[in-house]
Amino acid sequence: MLLNVVQLTLYGIVLGSIIALGAIGVSMVYAILGFSHFAHGDMMTVAAYFGFVGVVTLHLPLPLALIFSMILTACLAVGIDRVIYSRLRNATPIIMLISTIGVSFMLQSLTQIVWGPSNEVYQSGIVLPYKFLGLRLQPVEVTIILGSVLLVVLLHFFLHGTKIGKAMRAMSDNRSLSQITGINTELVIIWTWVITGVLAAAAGVFLGADTQLNPRMGFNLLLAIFAAAILGGIGNLYGSILGGLVIGIVEEVSTIFIDPGYKPAVGFVIMVIMLIVRPYGILGGKR
Amino acid sequence: MHLPGLVNYFIFFFSFAGIYAILALGLNVQWGYTGETNIGIAGFFAIGAYTTAILTSPPDPGHLGGFNLPFVVAVVGAIVVCGVLALLIGLITLNLRGDYLAIATIGIAQIIVLFITNEDKVTDGVRGIPGIPRPLSNVSPGAGGLLFLVLVVVFVGIVLIALNRLYRSPWVRILRAIRANEDAVLAAGKNVLRYRIESFVVGSIIMSIGGVLYAAFTRFVSPEAFDPIYGTFLVWVMLIAGGSGNNVGAIVGTLIIWGVWSGTDYLTSLMPAAWGTRGSAIRVFLIGLILELILILRPQGIIEERPPRLVDAGPRGEERSAHAPTPSEGTGGG
Repeated sequence: MLLNVVQLTLYGIVLGSIIALGAIGVSMVYAILGFSHFAHGDMMTVAAYFGFVGVVTLHLPLPLALIFSMILTACLAVGIDRVIYSRLRNATPIIMLISTIGVSFMLQSLTQIVWGPSNEVYQSGIVLPYKFLGLRLQPVEVTIILGSVLLVVLLHFFLHGTKIGKAMRAMSDNRSLSQITGINTELVIIWTWVITGVLAAAAGVFLGADTQLNPRMGFNLLLAIFAAAILGGIGNLYGSILGGLVIGIVEEVSTIFIDPGYKPAVGFVIMVIMLIVRPYGILGGKR
Repeated sequence: MHLPGLVNYFIFFFSFAGIYAILALGLNVQWGYTGETNIGIAGFFAIGAYTTAILTSPPDPGHLGGFNLPFVVAVVGAIVVCGVLALLIGLITLNLRGDYLAIATIGIAQIIVLFITNEDKVTDGVRGIPGIPRPLSNVSPGAGGLLFLVLVVVFVGIVLIALNRLYRSPWVRILRAIRANEDAVLAAGKNVLRYRIESFVVGSIIMSIGGVLYAAFTRFVSPEAFDPIYGTFLVWVMLIAGGSGNNVGAIVGTLIIWGVWSGTDYLTSLMPAAWGTRGSAIRVFLIGLILELILILRPQGIIEERPPRLVDAGPRGEERSAHAPTPSEGTGGG
């Protein structure tokens, strides 16, 4: 029993890392651009398929395929902003939200048009898991955890060490104030989408590597991603990491007690309880 | 296409358009009037449909019921079940920011579909519930479809007239005031949360009636019919295209978007078979594109909202202030 719980917690950390990467992206868009990005899950889906092109068509190893996908997804994110979101800068956050839902379904259908509706995998065949103390973990799952940690550390240094990172944090604190102090807000917005795209690419490729690819994969995780962002305090990056891990672990461990089919409901229930008890999140975010 | 085929297609097209019109009118109460972002329409739609299936279909050991009850009971049942659920959801989420309501309703719709898919004993899971009787089908053999279409149109008419009358009531005036400036309504001493919950419940009840009609029309329900694309996304595009806040606009938008959706179905069916599964994806993409174009080019929709004129404001009515079809978000409310 205990061993089982520890094993599921490990799987939960893997899932939680993926959710956290998604939640950081959602949180950043919310903090800097001021709206909820409901197309985030589908951006992850497209990124996973970019990775699929890298692995299967170009025969790249997974890390290179990830970088390939990061570049394309960042371009996609900036492109969507230029073509659609930039024309709605004066719209209310709720209109933006509806626009992102439109983008969500467009990306989802585009994935299906280009790659078809069936399930795909990066790598078929059986890979022997690492075993220690009676626990098991796939090599790819170790890569996911380490890769996520590395990305979060890099993001931290980017936001605190570079000029553009500082500008992003300034804009998240107070948009008009940062504008009058001479920060190029449009440039900051482009950089926000680049970072969001890179993180969505990592989340999508990791999700694809951990399970399998289909046009709904990211959309199905959207609820968990938002639950994580809200749990940690939306707009708070470190809160999103914490929220992602909590949601991932609780969802996996819950399968001991309830039908695994209800896993998405578990994350949702945590979010609802959170909304009642502490709507600004564990670590406190933007209200 | 020979005549009977054409007539059947006509009946099919307008019956579905009527069902979607009811969903769009329900959403108009929530979004158009009050500015509530219900992204879980499919959930309420599904509850209406499954309540009908369980209450009116003949007994079957495969699922709960059926109880062989008349259609009217299904309408009442769906209203009660959806009303109570909407009340619970509203109590939890409606004093929060619009974004939270959006994500909460997505979650609820997803959980409702999970429940329908997993709880075999109640709903027969993915196999669905067949044999739902269609009212009026034994009145005149052969004309069942047409009579049912009349019933759908009657329902749309009742909802439309009721909502249009309601639009001029103090109740909707407060809802619209909440949409425009929640803090001002609070300051005027109104219980904003109560009004928002009422609006959410009324809208959800209307949606459940769409579900009742859907189940009776198709005579079969299964989880895949309540996919977010058909159940939620199309309805949003219909309302926004037609004109948020305007009931006639909601119906015009429904007819246009349903026309585009069905018309492109015909076009994609002409594509090579290898492209078959991609056809519906192309249509979803097109609908998404239409939504973005409307939001950017004509956010007020085809027929914009026409607030009631003040009685003593002369024939042309009071000059409307920038009412923007964009409900206020009310960030400062927390």
